[in-house]
Amino acid sequence: MSLGQRVSSDHQLTRLLQIGVVLEEVVESRAALHIDSLPPEERAEFDAEVEELLAEAAAESADHRERLEALIDDLEADTVEYEEINALVDAQYGPPEDTDGVLYDQLANEETAYKFYDDLITAIEASDTEFAVDRDRLLETLSEIREEEKEGVQEVTEIMEHRA
Amino acid sequence: MNTADQYLKAIYLAQRIEDGPASTGTLADLLDVSPASVNEMVGKLQDRELVEHEKYKGASLTDEGLERAHDALQTYCIIERFLANVLEVEEFREEARALESVIDDTVAERLDTIIDRPEQCPDCFDPEADHCELLEVSGRAD
Repeated sequence: MSLGQRVSSDHQLTRLLQIGVVLEEVVESRAALHIDSLPPEERAEFDAEVEELLAEAAAESADHRERLEALIDDLEADTVEYEEINALVDAQYGPPEDTDGVLYDQLANEETAYKFYDDLITAIEASDTEFAVDRDRLLETLSEIREEEKEGVQEVTEIMEHRA
Repeated sequence: MNTADQYLKAIYLAQRIEDGPASTGTLADLLDVSPASVNEMVGKLQDRELVEHEKYKGASLTDEGLERAHDALQTYCIIERFLANVLEVEEFREEARALESVIDDTVAERLDTIIDRPEQCPDCFDPEADHCELLEVSGRAD
């Protein structure tokens, strides 16, 4: 067991970045499934604002995934293909009952991603390991992604508040 | 998972291994820390009423401690299953131990949406083998 929050090897860093990629793939896949899963009467109510939010979330996740994959490439490792994660999401997916459920799920996605990057940055900063990837670039990339996840949380919260 | 939760999980597993209170020595082995560190943390957990400590016998979880330990073990099971079945990591036990301090339970909950975990989890966790006894491992070596 490893006590204390720190990343102490390239291997451990790679694994955490791979987990980040999967989290982004889960967001991307669930956002797409949410739109498809709603019954027609709900879809009619599914206004442009929410649809745009999900489309943006999917696009942002794809962008985050690519940025993480570039770091993983430098660490000379592979990632799990989107299609593979999409199939796993599909197999376990239980669609939310309504639009509010979709928004709650999207909020959980953004909050979880923010927490993940925040913990990862803390763990990297707590370590004096010299990684195979440039530390400044690593922290800059992760900090930018974390900031975008924070904005995502605010965006979903605002939509939920004015719909309430 | 924070350090307190890692300790609570270790106490839970040690109680199952020893079929009684968790001894300092077993906890030190499980957590790979010194007995002095164990005693200090067990004292803190006792102050928070998560653990009861009896001299010369060991530590036992209170009801609240048990609930938190159960959640922590579930998070750990999710990490192990995710590593073994999604990332197809052969050394999933070692890697789960190395990663658990950096993976929050909310993150584990998201990962849980893509893994197949039995309903009885985490009661099916085998403390001696350090993985769920129902976990099926397949796929490539890493």
